[in-house]
Amino acid sequence: MSFPWAEHYTPKHPVMQWVDEKLPLPRLVYNAIGAGYPVPRNLNYFWNFGVLAGLALVIQIVTGVIMAMHYGANDLVAFSTVEQTMRDVNAGWLMRYAHANGASFFFIVVYLHIFRGLYFGSYKAPREMVWLLGLVIFLLMMATAFMGYVLPWGQMSYWGAKVITGLFGAIPVVGEPIQTWLLGGFAPGNASLNRFFSLHFLLPFVIAGVIILHIWALHIPGSSNPTGVEVKGPQDTVPFHPYYTAKDGFGVGVFLILFAIMLFFAPNYLGHPDNYIEANPLSTPAHIVPEWYFWPFYAILRAFTVDFFFVPAKLLGVLAMFASILLLFFLPWLDTSPVRSGSYRPTFRKFFWILILDVLVLGYCGGAPAEEPYVMISQVFAGYYFAHFLIILPLIARFEKPLPLPNSITDAVLAKYAKADGEPAAVPAE
Amino acid sequence: MASVEHSDGQGLSGGEGVRRRDFINIAAVSFAGVGAVAVVLPLIDQMNPSADVLALASTEVDLSAIQPGQAIKTTFRSQPLFVRQLTPKEIAEADKVDPSTLRDPQTLEERTVDGKKQWLITMGVCTHLGCVPLGAGEGENRGEFGGYFCPCHGSSYDTAARIRKGPAPKNLEVPKFSFTSDTAILVG
Repeated sequence: MSFPWAEHYTPKHPVMQWVDEKLPLPRLVYNAIGAGYPVPRNLNYFWNFGVLAGLALVIQIVTGVIMAMHYGANDLVAFSTVEQTMRDVNAGWLMRYAHANGASFFFIVVYLHIFRGLYFGSYKAPREMVWLLGLVIFLLMMATAFMGYVLPWGQMSYWGAKVITGLFGAIPVVGEPIQTWLLGGFAPGNASLNRFFSLHFLLPFVIAGVIILHIWALHIPGSSNPTGVEVKGPQDTVPFHPYYTAKDGFGVGVFLILFAIMLFFAPNYLGHPDNYIEANPLSTPAHIVPEWYFWPFYAILRAFTVDFFFVPAKLLGVLAMFASILLLFFLPWLDTSPVRSGSYRPTFRKFFWILILDVLVLGYCGGAPAEEPYVMISQVFAGYYFAHFLIILPLIARFEKPLPLPNSITDAVLAKYAKADGEPAAVPAE
Repeated sequence: MASVEHSDGQGLSGGEGVRRRDFINIAAVSFAGVGAVAVVLPLIDQMNPSADVLALASTEVDLSAIQPGQAIKTTFRSQPLFVRQLTPKEIAEADKVDPSTLRDPQTLEERTVDGKKQWLITMGVCTHLGCVPLGAGEGENRGEFGGYFCPCHGSSYDTAARIRKGPAPKNLEVPKFSFTSDTAILVG
């Protein structure tokens, strides 16, 4: 599971020896995130976001369990119990704002984590399973976030639930029964609210379980690194503790400072004023938008405005939106280049940044009203998104001439410092 | 009394070639499978609308106060229902359109009751993604075809509530309803 030179766990205290014989849990932790896990010595700060995502999940579970203590999952009282939490419960406002903004921060760090994986080719063999499990976590996060947003039972909650469950209604023949089944009625109501609450409570623990699988799968080949060259010997690694616990600790500090700024100075910046109006089935808000983290996908959903042969536009939009995420499951086999890191792939790197720009533009259009020019822009940029993965990536893999790779991680690190000191690059010692 | 020697390659249809333990294996797994399905069905079915939700499945509407050109919003199965009395001009506009040019071809006659063509009863649920279109309330935007306009994604419906422009695939749904008197209908 680990490199042969990994440190061994040797408990000195008799109590720890006794525990280790009966239940080697401290040993497991030591080998997973302690000194017993050797990690490439050259990880940069983009490798902080996995730990930060884990921290965000812990914040969501702690604040969420507390919110549930003050919440009434019933359409008559849901809105007012959330407002009571805000106004009457001691520190209730803090819990709710931390939970709502915590969701946004969870998505920010997860998007950066995915961004890291895309740029440095972390999805490639032998880490395909790590990538696939990460996507499962991402899908579970989206489902959890959506259901959580329904719970305050404001206008955006209600209409968001209606629009998103309406997506299933687009499926031919079985769509409408599925929609009714999901909602437990003909429109969002008490039954929908209750089941969403139940599942919103459950899914974070499912996510925690898949995260364990994600880390387990990661620890079989070990972490990748910015050069994309595999570890070759003990000189390429340092123990996770104290080196990366310290580096991650710094990242955690920065994360918490930014989180606190948002939480205390702009807690409603990412929210929608409409959600402070109680749900009203007879009045649609003028402009229904999901939370910012769904905007790129929402833009793809709305990009289809005309029927294609016998497939209605609505179904096309739904299929495209799901396809835009499911496509990522095939990424390890679409990008066939043997070079992992974008740092050594000049052509890939250019198209990578174009893709990031493409997704940002889609995000902007997803948050904008459904009118021109945004619809047309969404269509072009949604088309490019699919072209990037299905056409451009396989072609680059075929025709690109990558830059020469360093012989080892140590070589790359020493060359970098030699250049900085104005000395010739060090000759590999061994 | 299973005879192992004769069972090879005979399969299930081989009559006496069927091994006793194959039979037991398949029978046990099938039986457990039937049991599992029987358990899963109620687990799934509990999510369907409950009896109290279904009990509200019909609605009575009094039409006496609705003037020509006016519409009211009420609810049917906890979703908005539009009840509108069309003006002669709106009826003429709806009849003028050739149904074959429409995305969801229907005439006004097909969408109303015989002899009571002025009463347009539709769900107030956009067939795109389920928003409530504007146009039933006083002074609301009725879109460029004078019927209903959905603010979410810009679908426009005409005076027979047929889809004319925008992403919605179908006309506003006409629920099952009947006149219980000259000025009252029962929907559902």
